[in-house]
Amino acid sequence: MLRFVLYRLGVVIPTFLGVTILAFSLIRLIPGDPIEIMVGERGIEASRHAELRARYGFDKPLVQQYGIYLGGVLRGDLGRSIVTRQPVLDEFLTVFPATIELSLTAILFALLLGLPAGVLAAAKRGTPADHAVMGVAITGYSMPVFWWGLLMILLFSVTLDWTPVSGRIAVQHFIEPVTGFMLIDTLIAGDRAAFVSALRHLILPAIVLGTIPLAVIARMTRSSMLEVLGEDYIRTAKAKGLTPLRVVWVHALRNALIPVVTVVGLQVGLLLSGTILTETIFSWPGLGKWLVESINRRDYPVLQGGVLLVACLIIFVNLTVDLLYGLINPRIRHAR
Amino acid sequence: MKRFSLAAAVLTAALATAPAQVAQAAQAGKTLVFCSEGSPEGFNPTLYSSGTTFDASARAVYNRLVEFERGSTKIVPGLAASWTVSEDGLVYTFKLRKGVKFHTTSYFTPSRDFNADDVLYSFNRQWKKDHPYHKVSGGNYQYFASMGMPKLLKSIEKVDATTVRFTLTKPEAPFIANMAMPFASILSAEYADKMAAAKTMDKVDFLPVGTGPFQYVDYRKDAVIRYKANPAYWSGKAKIDTLVFAITKDASVRWAKLKAGECHVMPYPNPADLEAMRKHPDVNLLQQEGLNVGYLAYNMKKKPFDNLKVRQALTMAINRDAIIKAVFQGAGKVAKNPIPPTIWSYNKATKAYPYDPAQAKKLLAEAGHAKGFETDIWAMPVQRPYNPNARRMAEMIQADWAAVGVKAKIISYEWGEYLKRSIKNSEHTTILLGWTGDNGDPDNFLHVLLGCDGAKDGGINLARWCHKPFDDLIMQAKATPDVKKRTALYEKAQLVFKAQAPWATIAHSIVFKPVRKNVVDFRIDPFGGHDFYGVDLK
Repeated sequence: MLRFVLYRLGVVIPTFLGVTILAFSLIRLIPGDPIEIMVGERGIEASRHAELRARYGFDKPLVQQYGIYLGGVLRGDLGRSIVTRQPVLDEFLTVFPATIELSLTAILFALLLGLPAGVLAAAKRGTPADHAVMGVAITGYSMPVFWWGLLMILLFSVTLDWTPVSGRIAVQHFIEPVTGFMLIDTLIAGDRAAFVSALRHLILPAIVLGTIPLAVIARMTRSSMLEVLGEDYIRTAKAKGLTPLRVVWVHALRNALIPVVTVVGLQVGLLLSGTILTETIFSWPGLGKWLVESINRRDYPVLQGGVLLVACLIIFVNLTVDLLYGLINPRIRHAR
Repeated sequence: MKRFSLAAAVLTAALATAPAQVAQAAQAGKTLVFCSEGSPEGFNPTLYSSGTTFDASARAVYNRLVEFERGSTKIVPGLAASWTVSEDGLVYTFKLRKGVKFHTTSYFTPSRDFNADDVLYSFNRQWKKDHPYHKVSGGNYQYFASMGMPKLLKSIEKVDATTVRFTLTKPEAPFIANMAMPFASILSAEYADKMAAAKTMDKVDFLPVGTGPFQYVDYRKDAVIRYKANPAYWSGKAKIDTLVFAITKDASVRWAKLKAGECHVMPYPNPADLEAMRKHPDVNLLQQEGLNVGYLAYNMKKKPFDNLKVRQALTMAINRDAIIKAVFQGAGKVAKNPIPPTIWSYNKATKAYPYDPAQAKKLLAEAGHAKGFETDIWAMPVQRPYNPNARRMAEMIQADWAAVGVKAKIISYEWGEYLKRSIKNSEHTTILLGWTGDNGDPDNFLHVLLGCDGAKDGGINLARWCHKPFDDLIMQAKATPDVKKRTALYEKAQLVFKAQAPWATIAHSIVFKPVRKNVVDFRIDPFGGHDFYGVDLK
């Protein structure tokens, strides 16, 4: 197991270096100079333009700029935003918990509904229940996030007035950030009304963000379950006279979960990018909005730092998933 | 349907534990929520140039020596109770208001009233490269530089604690209007000294201390900014007690929040939503002409645009009424002058070029282009207040020109690249761009966009038009403090402009501002800002 872990960690280093190079070069390949964008149609004198480029270090050769950047990264310094002048890591730490809170709730929502729905569809294969689950899943999967989000807002917030339209918490609640997770912070503050408000604000974005993963999980669980249900040992279990419920949930599901775990791991990565649209619709102050803004403003340090941190996170999630396989299925562990 | 019922079940469960309250529930005092369109870059308006930042800093937290009267471009006293200008137009002496208090906040308690030291600090920081604060927070004083202040200022002196004297290098009538712009906001020198002593100089720029009607309480990045009314405001406490900016980037969501009562005022509605806003029983849709102009400039350094007849012909070939309908969806007005009608000296007598393809063809033939020619139309890739859809506009112009035999190719680059290739390198032939006024002075349009100073590479006179009779008029007006004389000169200049046709003036936009009906006396700011002092809730 230790060798397996070390091997996985060894693969991380070149991936990490690749990501720094990509993050650094991609933003510079986009045409448009951050200073020109900052001044817009007002224009800027050539001398002042040169002065500002020098101040931000853009006048140095690219290789040197990359060296300075990598040196900073290795020291844990991701630089400062050229717009807000705040350290990139500080900004990341303020927006990141919002995204994690939303993503985890979304994936939880997807798992809680997707797994049983998939199992149900597989167990009742070919019945109207199966067709209904798969129909809903394919519809959910093909729903454009932007449209789906606005539809939910119009129905639940504007027409029915059940949930707030957007934001993380109602404006009258004033919660000091401790962890950055609004649900936890409101609990720490001991403010029940604020907690409820935070929860209510979380419902719609989590549903919208969780819809696609839900569909994927339901479909994946169904097909994986169908495969397992056809295995000999399931027939044996049935022949032993076990209840269908026990056969499905205890014997079949555990084995069917392996591909599902893979998919959930991949979905977490996708969720982090999927949040961009959801965060925009629900004015959720998270990572996606922060990164998109930095692209528009050509805020090189923020984009480089942000992409790097997200990539590290995805690498970490994948590593965890690989290790989880080992736990669920010892055969994988021994095969390496 | 299954999805809906599931979602409804989850929602009902949550609601069962929730007291029936919606976001705007009662809070101590009156709270006005503004669904702002974006996050501020910081809280020091001298460092930035976006309207979003100005709303959050300059307009709420700070004052200037002089101010624009709310909802107009008129200059009124601010932190200066009065001022005088010397005969030669070179010396401006400001008498400062007495007894003005800086905000007392959780991070700073002032020990003295506002005085001349604060004025000196605020300007010298931007102007003097050796000022200890000059390089703090990036030190990019864009507006101070782009308004030409470094070259215009000769000296700023403290005459006594309540008198400040600005001496200029040349007479510049628009100077007083510049003093009302966000970059001329007055920051606290005492606070700056304290932060310098604590070695936390950059705090001055994100934990603001001003003299304005609202004081900063808290900012949650990309989410919420909170202010409370300054109880000691020199012009009287604001009518609302708490001001909240709920940052909401998407226009459809802003509209949903306004409808749901989660905010009181929203900027930048989608044109498609205007009809619904007009009809909504709880919403007032305010509107006003914007302080802007959208235009198509002909680069006269390139043939055949050096030929007056060609420019006139192309201008006459454009059906601008159709553009207003299709591109602005009615939220615009055909422009005939290079300045908007809300600016003083707007010349009503100017005759617009008619839409006349037959005459256009004739003029082209006279210019030796009976068979037409090939050219480009540069179209911006971004939405701007003066042009909501440049690409669409370019397509319409392309079709209009094709009808008179001119084949145009539409060219577009990414925004930064577009600006670089046009402003810096003058690569464009005909180009769509526009301008939003900074200080409400005609000079800010006529000199900046059409004067000889801006006609070289790097300048923003994109017609690259340097016409002596026009330039003489505007330079003379710049040096004349008398508004009547200036008005006459600018009116004349607009006629010269029209006759020479360096641009086809396209449109001035109309600004719409939906507000809830319980909002009292909100006025549209001609500069596009949002000012909540004087606004009440009923």
